[in-house]
Amino acid sequence: MPESRLAATLRNSTALRSMLRYSAISLTALAVFAAILLLAGKNPLKAYVDTFSYTLANAYGFSELLVRMTPLLLTAVAVALPSRLGLINVGGEGQLYMGAWLASAGALLFPGAPRWALLPLVAVMGFLGGALFAALPGVLRAAKLVNETIATLLLNYIAPLIVSYSIFGPWRDPGSSAYPQSPVFPEAALLTSFFNTRIHAGLFLALAVLGAYWLLLEKTHWGVEMRAIGGNAEAAQRLGIPVAAWIVVALAIGGGIAGLAGMGEVMGVHGRLRQGLSPGYGFTGFLIAWLAGGRPLGILFMAFLFAIITSAGDTLQITQGLPYAVVNILLAVILFIVLARRPMRGASK
Amino acid sequence: MNPIAPILEVRRITKRYGAVTANDQVDLSLYGGEVHALLGENGAGKSTLSKVIYGFTRPDSGEILLAGKQVVVPTPREARALGIGMVFQNFMLIPALSVLENIALFLTDLPFIVHPKTIEKRIREFGERFGLVVDPSAPVRQLSVGDQQKVEILKLLLAQARVLILDEPTKVLAPHEVSALFRIFESLKAEGYSILFITHKLREVMACADRITVMRQGRVVGGFGPGEADLDALVTMMFGGQEAAEQLEPAERAVPPSGVGSILELRGASCPAQGSETVLRGLDLTIGAGEIVGVAGVSGSGQKELGDLILGLRSLSVGSKWFCGVDASSWSIARMRENGVAFVPEDPLLMAAVPGMSVRENLVLGTGSRYWKGVSVDWSALETAMGESFHALAFPVPRLDPPAGALSGGNLQRIVIAREMAHKPKLVVALYPTRGLDVRSATSVRDLLRRAREGGSGILLISEDLEELAEMSDRMFVLYGGALVGEFKRGEWQLEEVGHLMTGSRGAAHA
Ligand SMILES: Nc1ncnc2c1ncn2[C@@H]1O[C@H](COP(=O)(O)OP(=O)(O)O)[C@@H](O)[C@H]1O
Ligand SMILES: [Mg+2]
Repeated sequence: MPESRLAATLRNSTALRSMLRYSAISLTALAVFAAILLLAGKNPLKAYVDTFSYTLANAYGFSELLVRMTPLLLTAVAVALPSRLGLINVGGEGQLYMGAWLASAGALLFPGAPRWALLPLVAVMGFLGGALFAALPGVLRAAKLVNETIATLLLNYIAPLIVSYSIFGPWRDPGSSAYPQSPVFPEAALLTSFFNTRIHAGLFLALAVLGAYWLLLEKTHWGVEMRAIGGNAEAAQRLGIPVAAWIVVALAIGGGIAGLAGMGEVMGVHGRLRQGLSPGYGFTGFLIAWLAGGRPLGILFMAFLFAIITSAGDTLQITQGLPYAVVNILLAVILFIVLARRPMRGASK
Repeated sequence: MNPIAPILEVRRITKRYGAVTANDQVDLSLYGGEVHALLGENGAGKSTLSKVIYGFTRPDSGEILLAGKQVVVPTPREARALGIGMVFQNFMLIPALSVLENIALFLTDLPFIVHPKTIEKRIREFGERFGLVVDPSAPVRQLSVGDQQKVEILKLLLAQARVLILDEPTKVLAPHEVSALFRIFESLKAEGYSILFITHKLREVMACADRITVMRQGRVVGGFGPGEADLDALVTMMFGGQEAAEQLEPAERAVPPSGVGSILELRGASCPAQGSETVLRGLDLTIGAGEIVGVAGVSGSGQKELGDLILGLRSLSVGSKWFCGVDASSWSIARMRENGVAFVPEDPLLMAAVPGMSVRENLVLGTGSRYWKGVSVDWSALETAMGESFHALAFPVPRLDPPAGALSGGNLQRIVIAREMAHKPKLVVALYPTRGLDVRSATSVRDLLRRAREGGSGILLISEDLEELAEMSDRMFVLYGGALVGEFKRGEWQLEEVGHLMTGSRGAAHA
């Protein structure tokens, strides 16, 4: 009986099952959002067709999806990794800004450095910026002083101010007096672009980070220790696993990865430091990691989906005259569907 | 009310949980205007009896009489309708709500409805009458534990209970709160309320009880009327005195093999506490190779804190800790374990295993860097070593892929033990290792500790089960209020003396 064989295959394949799950979530969300568009007096079908033709069906649109997906992948891993230890990092946005800021500092401090030296330096500084910014809540949490959720959340408000201060003050480009931004970075600091699009080396870096995240957690003894902390912190402590140290390290690595996202934005997309370089990538990354349950393939899929959704915001703004904020409605709908489907358990699986 | 006839009487109550008979033909009478203490060691069956009276648990047989009439108490709701109220060991209050709201919530399931204003008035009225003053509008989470207990009692009074059952109400209280509670008892008594006061602390019983019923192993083993009780008689009854001591004549060799040094030594070790923990004060303790050192004590005397101190989870404020002749005062738990300290806990799922990880991964946890190979784990070396450990312990080798959380308690305990014993530990810290296990598993854990002793390990056995301690220990210490108040060699202890020390009814014998 072919039907039952198919059913059995479906039941046994986790990959297939999660594909189905994600598709079902997406379709339900699209249906609800369609209803909302109808209420707003718009034609949902046209909205979807527009979105499709401006993104997936169009080479340039598709490349823009991948550009958008790059920071989302990284900010999602920045949340997913600490979540495996039971830590809730909602500071991806701030960590991204600090990564961008420190990477910019590297590029501005050594303008004459050769490419082979400057590029790795900028990447390392981007990582460090986010890592140090996340290590602070890590230390506070490890010392049992402040909950990391609160601390990372509050730091989100500080990082953009540091960036603003720098570009209004010391780093301000004298050439663009009307607009506060840093000078253009030296060519040697910029990430290579590909295929005549804005797709830059950061995309491959992000994919590599995603793979490394999986290897680290599933295949190394460090991963065993980290997952043990997430699974039962009391037992981990009693078994001699350095819980406090891991809390700091995991948050720092997560922050560093978000910092890489910031580095990618300034070195791959903007070519200079400016305000508002992230339209909330850090927060969207949190949603992605949460919805994907921390699973690497889930993150990949969800990051792509969210790239489409946020692009849809731009499309609808142009073609339907809807405000960009309608996208937030769609995001909320997705979150709501997922929450309704399973009990809340943080971003871990 | 006729003062001669009991308000509440239970007759021949029997309640079995599987092989355990928690209550065996228990009789008890409670009179109006008295504090009746129900005394017994942990596991004696006190809580079970109180739950039967309150309708929380159904007895297998036996009857309950209220004012001489037989009643059925199928649920707590019926119990409350009959004027019986109970304060559980863990309070049942909602922290975010105010005192008034908590009490109002409790009253809603009674067959009458009361206006909040009336409740508030009554709270103040009862509060003043019985020394139960609390602010009705204060949120419960802001109250001290003592005040929360007052709210629990107020709840019962407003629900018109005449019989109040309090299960170990003093366990969570500070000493001054305990005396306040006893004053509340006095004023309640004066108005004819009956109080069934459950405890295992002798001093408290002597301080406040009119009559006393003693339970041991599910049975009522004796009772005392007003003024009849004395400490010696109570201790003998609680712990079984001579009878048990005779049963437990040393069966095996008692002297540790000669020429072996101390594995662990505490010298004047003190350690601060947080919250409800117990402060450890000036502990001197030596554990030699090839001996089992037992630690007796009623719960909350500092047992867990002592275990954690030795394991390296707590740091010393004063004194020092020596491991195999080396000062280990500041060693981390990882370092202690690396040097040969194993831990057999009470509840492996809580303290020693990660339920969501596979059995295989659980086996590598806590082995430090022993099985690391590059960035990964040498799984085959681990499986070989653990397989040998399972064989040596005569445990069946379990399947390694399922998550640890899917195993039964006994099987999980075996996995934890196999892991802990795999590297020939020098010191085994066993914290209530048989609590919650069935008889067979408990026996096998005890055998295992004995075999570890034969192998030359030093063993610290922390337990609340005096018989287990008497059977296993080469030496026994008594822990009371965070201090070691007595030390006995095998064959020298009298359970009566140990019982006195455990309950704080007599000062240290060898101070
Ligand atoms: N719900 C239960 N299931 C199985 N065994 C139980 C249960 N409740 C109590 N017991 C067992 O009954 C005995 C008496 O327990 P309990 O009444 O709680 O004693 P006490 O309150 O005097 O410490 C113990 O051996 C305990 O393990
Ligand atoms: Mg009890």
